[in-house]
Amino acid sequence: MAAVLESLLREEVSVAAVVRWIARSTRGSEVTALTRPQDNPGEAAALSSLRPLRKEFVPFLLNFLREQSSRVLPQGPPTPAKAPGASAALPGRPGGPSRGSRGARSQLFPPTEAASTAAEAPLARRGGRRRGPGPARERGGRGLEEGVSGENLPGAGGRRLRGSGSPSRPSLTLSDPPNLSNLEEFPPVGSVPPGPAGTKPSRRINPTPVSEERSLSKPKTCFTSPPISCVPSSQPSALDTSPWGLGLPPGCRSLQEEREMLRKERSKQLQQSPTPTCPTPELGSPLPSRAGSLTDEPADPARVSSRQRLELVALVYSSCIAENLVPNLFLELFFVFQLLTARRMVTAKDSDPELSPGVLDSLESPLFQSIHDCVFFAVQVLECHFQVLSNLDKGTLKLLAENERLLCFSPALQGRLRAAYEGSVAKVSLAMPPSAQAVSFQPETDNRANFSSDRAFHTFKKQRDVFYEVLREWEDHHEEPGWDFEKGLGSRIRAMMGQLSAACSHSHFVRLFQKQLLQMCQSPGGAGGTVLGEAPDVLSMLGADKLGRLWRLQERLMAPQSSGGPCPPPTFPGCQGFFRDFILSASSFQFNQHLMDSLSLKIRELNGLALPQHEPSDEDGESDVDWQGERRQFAVVLLSLRLLAKFLGFVAFLPYRGPEPPPTGELQDSILALRSQVPPVLDVRTLLQRGLQARRAVLTVPWLVEFLSFADHVVPLLDYYRDIFILLLRLHRSLVLSQESEGKMCFLNKLLLLAVLGWLFQIPTVPEDLFFLEEGPSDAFEVDTVAPEHGLDAAPVVDQQLLYTCCPYIGELRKLLALWVSGSSGRSGGFMRKITPTTTTGLGAQPSQTSQGLQARLAQAFFHNQPPSLRRTVEFVAERIGSNCVKHIKATLVADLVRQAESLLQEQLVTQGEEGGDPAQLLEILCSQLCPHGAQALALGREFCQRKSPGAVRALLPEETPAAVLSSAENIAVGLATEKACAWLSANITALIRREVKAAVSRTLRAQGPEPAARGERRGCSRACEHHAPLPSHLISEIKDVLSLAVGPRDPDEGVSPEHLEQLLGQLGQTLRCRQFLCPPAEQHLAKCSVELASLLVADQIPILGPPAQYRLERGQARRLLHMLLSLWKEDFQGPVPLQLLLSPRNVGLLADTRPREWDLLLFLLRELVEKGLMGRMEIEACLGSLHQAQWPGDFAEELATLSNLFLAEPPLPEPQLRACELVQPNRGTVLAQS
Amino acid sequence: MILTKAQYEEIAQCLVSVPPTRQSLRKLKQRFPSQSQATLLSIFSQEYQKHIKRTHAKHHTSEAIESYYQRYLNGVVKNGAAPVLLDLANEVDYAPSLMARLILERFLQEHEETAPSKSVINSMLRDPSQIPDGVLANQVYQCIVNDCCYGPLVDCIKHAIGHEHEVLLRDLLLEKNLSFLDEDQLRAKGYDKTPDFILQVPVAVEGHIIHWIESKASFGDECSHHAYLHDQFWSYWNRDGISQCCSGWCGTPGLSSSSASASQSAGITGMRKHFLPGILMKCVCK
Repeated sequence: MAAVLESLLREEVSVAAVVRWIARSTRGSEVTALTRPQDNPGEAAALSSLRPLRKEFVPFLLNFLREQSSRVLPQGPPTPAKAPGASAALPGRPGGPSRGSRGARSQLFPPTEAASTAAEAPLARRGGRRRGPGPARERGGRGLEEGVSGENLPGAGGRRLRGSGSPSRPSLTLSDPPNLSNLEEFPPVGSVPPGPAGTKPSRRINPTPVSEERSLSKPKTCFTSPPISCVPSSQPSALDTSPWGLGLPPGCRSLQEEREMLRKERSKQLQQSPTPTCPTPELGSPLPSRAGSLTDEPADPARVSSRQRLELVALVYSSCIAENLVPNLFLELFFVFQLLTARRMVTAKDSDPELSPGVLDSLESPLFQSIHDCVFFAVQVLECHFQVLSNLDKGTLKLLAENERLLCFSPALQGRLRAAYEGSVAKVSLAMPPSAQAVSFQPETDNRANFSSDRAFHTFKKQRDVFYEVLREWEDHHEEPGWDFEKGLGSRIRAMMGQLSAACSHSHFVRLFQKQLLQMCQSPGGAGGTVLGEAPDVLSMLGADKLGRLWRLQERLMAPQSSGGPCPPPTFPGCQGFFRDFILSASSFQFNQHLMDSLSLKIRELNGLALPQHEPSDEDGESDVDWQGERRQFAVVLLSLRLLAKFLGFVAFLPYRGPEPPPTGELQDSILALRSQVPPVLDVRTLLQRGLQARRAVLTVPWLVEFLSFADHVVPLLDYYRDIFILLLRLHRSLVLSQESEGKMCFLNKLLLLAVLGWLFQIPTVPEDLFFLEEGPSDAFEVDTVAPEHGLDAAPVVDQQLLYTCCPYIGELRKLLALWVSGSSGRSGGFMRKITPTTTTGLGAQPSQTSQGLQARLAQAFFHNQPPSLRRTVEFVAERIGSNCVKHIKATLVADLVRQAESLLQEQLVTQGEEGGDPAQLLEILCSQLCPHGAQALALGREFCQRKSPGAVRALLPEETPAAVLSSAENIAVGLATEKACAWLSANITALIRREVKAAVSRTLRAQGPEPAARGERRGCSRACEHHAPLPSHLISEIKDVLSLAVGPRDPDEGVSPEHLEQLLGQLGQTLRCRQFLCPPAEQHLAKCSVELASLLVADQIPILGPPAQYRLERGQARRLLHMLLSLWKEDFQGPVPLQLLLSPRNVGLLADTRPREWDLLLFLLRELVEKGLMGRMEIEACLGSLHQAQWPGDFAEELATLSNLFLAEPPLPEPQLRACELVQPNRGTVLAQS
Repeated sequence: MILTKAQYEEIAQCLVSVPPTRQSLRKLKQRFPSQSQATLLSIFSQEYQKHIKRTHAKHHTSEAIESYYQRYLNGVVKNGAAPVLLDLANEVDYAPSLMARLILERFLQEHEETAPSKSVINSMLRDPSQIPDGVLANQVYQCIVNDCCYGPLVDCIKHAIGHEHEVLLRDLLLEKNLSFLDEDQLRAKGYDKTPDFILQVPVAVEGHIIHWIESKASFGDECSHHAYLHDQFWSYWNRDGISQCCSGWCGTPGLSSSSASASQSAGITGMRKHFLPGILMKCVCK
């Protein structure tokens, strides 16, 4: 394996080739494809010789990176490198060598006696937040394991050397078979270590070089080293010539010395530790010490030692992550974040003196020689995974975007992250208000008729009371220190279970239990402590708004508690703990069986629920409103399923779990034979297959993972479940995030699946080799099965809220970053927002808010006692009316505003002239004027909901509904609809107005663009118009015919009659007056054609049909036609008429061909143009002037000059009457021209 | 009016290598007096366009352009007033407007030294007065007004027909009280590709359910139908999510149902004859 990495580093093979090589191996495709055309044959040869090692490459790489980073992250990888190393060669054997690395999870199912330990764990974790810089590692179970394993340092160190610490002989070490009988190395999972020393499960521990100058009993925070800056200067220059520039400071202490120190430290600490089994809390030391003695080492991109090598490894690593070749995406991200936020480099003590410069053994020298290297590597990897990062929650994005190291190493990535942060709406809150209530009496199932006897009925009644009593007691006490569930409630629960004699009573109780479970725990987080009216008075006093703040505050205070590290073991947070403890305490076989039946049934029902599918076509504002509801519905179903499946898994595998180690050898075989006979409690394999086929993996897989997370060690070895794991593995591999296409899974859906699957693969009971082995039958999983076009997978059902709710451990990333910020707060100023305490003075003045909370609870109570259909109806009405309200607002208020915007824009354009100014600026001006009007939307929306909701509720509820119920239902519907609509409106109205105005502006500007004059006032046809005018297309075609006749060539018998011409112009007038069919381009062409026609008339070029003598148009007729044209131009054309074309050289040139030349028509036309105001004198003068520049025959030029002189000589503004009478007589121009 | 496939083919037969001039159209009209000029022109135009598409390339080789240009220059030197360019186009069996464009381009290349931009050429073709050479301006103008299949004027006529028929169709829908969304409304709703009209309540016409109507102001032969299907209709279908699509010319199968007829709105009687003169309504049916 090392050979592969080395050849990569030596650039013998390309990264792409390596990734292809790995991916092929894991996909199990044929070897013949090895030499593909794009593969360099040399590369292929280099790699093919290593073929047998292919599947071990990824584990090797992961271990290698963890190994290399040990100096930076001195406490050892927090991330169990669930990479089996050599053990991959032993498929199907449980407990690989790194089994111990997950020893922390052995506390998963503590024996009841150990409850006190478990109870203390959260306390310990809560403290973790304030602890030292070692991120998350010391938190939760992981910390426990470290404390334990630290005692075995020498042994662990030895293992490290054997495992991968001496990579120069990789094949040797890899083929070393694990010593499975060594309990130290392969500790039984689930075993409770008998004592503080000696036989603790060990895991691969990276020796942590420690310096002397540490304060007492604060081992974690005291790792210091000489400042790295002194390193280069003290380095012999010869070393710098080494390609990897060793960068090891001289005078490193030997590792042995370090270990000695550590041992001393350990013993000191043990003396102080009150609970030797759980040394976690003591491991963490208070933060302040860091601020004093420890300063973070600044990272400098200029001081990265071996860029190229880091880039290569980062690229391979990123590619493995991108191809889902690593078991857990978020674990790797966590690791990378750790590198990014590494505080300081621990001095490398184990520098090899024989590592001489020039030796090209790339793996011999450390990959990360300084903080700079780590950060550089981390940033390189992060750059490749921007897409994933950009889909994290807003808080994480903010922290990332504000990370100064990131800015320093990759301003581009930082910029993109900042943009992603600014565009993100993914505010995630894990602490949701718990909706806790007792399950109401269900008339249809809880009535007497459903019980076999009166006695059973009454027993159940009593049991119900006992159950709630127990629940309330648990609520009151479970957070008290020293309170024990079993001690406090165990006997009462068992007594109650004992009364459940009849089988049917069991089913009744189980239904109650399950409903209560769903009710209390399905709310996201499910961890909320408030149940059954805990301190409601104080909270409701705060009002809804303040309550939200309180929850946020609470979330921030409690956050670290919610999960332990990036791969926490399955737990039962919050209320779920009650139900788990209840099941354990009851220890009733009947109850468990009934519970499993009931859970299975409910899971099947929910899993098969037809969830609405998203129509991807119409992405519009208001469809958001509808879609939000659907997304919420999906979230509720998914979370319910996960909860149910978790408990089903818990109960179903309960009998097989125990503290004893997983069996091996013959014993295991016999157990396997036995267990394979047992039918699964729920046919999850079929459900999974169906889910995949129907493209509903996003619903099925998350709950299945919950179910499987409680499996015992034997389960993954059973054929039935092995199939499931293989299916899941294939699915995992197929969820390549970068591949996005129509109809395929949405990004966040994939992310959710990757997160839950990655988590599952880290569960202790799942053999780690499973992930890297995977050579099962390939036909078991066909992604491209016949499936509906758009399954649930393709719908954007998952949002960040759901993702983080399902996988709270993703939040660890944020914590890591936050820890970094808080640690370096001295430098970067007050980064963490302070929590501003709110005073209670204003409370009295806000009775409405107080009553709001009460109202909400009243509504809950109201529904509680009504049939479920009533609630559904009310919610449905609220949903629809709310959505309609948004649409209504859009069609009325927003449309009005857009109209206003258009008129404002017109004004703006008029005042600013034709330029109009910068469109973006215009938009800003308009928006700033109009957006404030959006505030009306809320009032209008409220009014709309008020008006519409009651009628709808009334129509949908039964006629017989009592009036009081009806009016309450109506009021609630109004309230809910208003809330829904107003929430959407207040969040989106400004954006909506902005978007619409923007569209309107660009529309207007576009229309404005090419011909501003054409946009002038446009008259429609008169009211009496019946639109019988000839069609414009017909007219253009007709005029074109005349033009082509006139221009020729033509047959001798071709021509037009004067009547036809007159008729044509008449029709043109009609068409121009009836504007029904006229579009601007048609009008433009008509105008141009009419000008051409006029020119032909003036030049007398139109061939006239009729007696041969009358081949030409009569002068009077020509004038009449010209008059018609003039009046059309004056009266009927609404667009510009290109009259200057009349004096274009080409058209005037037409006159040159006529003999004798007649100028009077032209002169007449020019005068009329001026008189009618169609053209200015100056304009005509200019045209005439430019005519002189053209090349003309000599005599023609002279005549032209005469004409222009004549025209210019005329008085500027002659009397119209005079002109009219002059028309009759041959005017002076004609005489002159003819002379 | 419905044109049978046989009739259509008969007309098309007469149009093989006929120049697209006024004279040709007149002859066609005499040959098929029962067909309206608009129908004949539409068929003529379409057939001629097919012909040009086939032969276009050979006129655009640099040798061809050079020889045309030389012939043009020789011609105008002899007699600038003669229809040199038009005759040349007819002789080599190329559309006069396109020939004019070719020569104009070549001319400008020679005189302006830099290759003229497309917009300059188009603008000169629209208004030949802008052409610096008077003789060429006249020649170009002559080509344009004499070409009944190509050129800015013809383009404008086609565009106008399209617009007119959209208006006619809208009137018809209003008259029949059919609620619809037009293109502008659809675009405002964010549709990227829109048919002319989407019926808000589908109607059944001769057993086909019509969801939307697209009017194409051109003759619908098989070839253009397929092209439209490819370019437009499937994308409407994809967006409107109708499960099954069959499109045909006005409901009856095959070309026999093609409609292309009179230029006047007289023939419009209602949706029973669900086509409009001179246009094709393509109905996508469920």
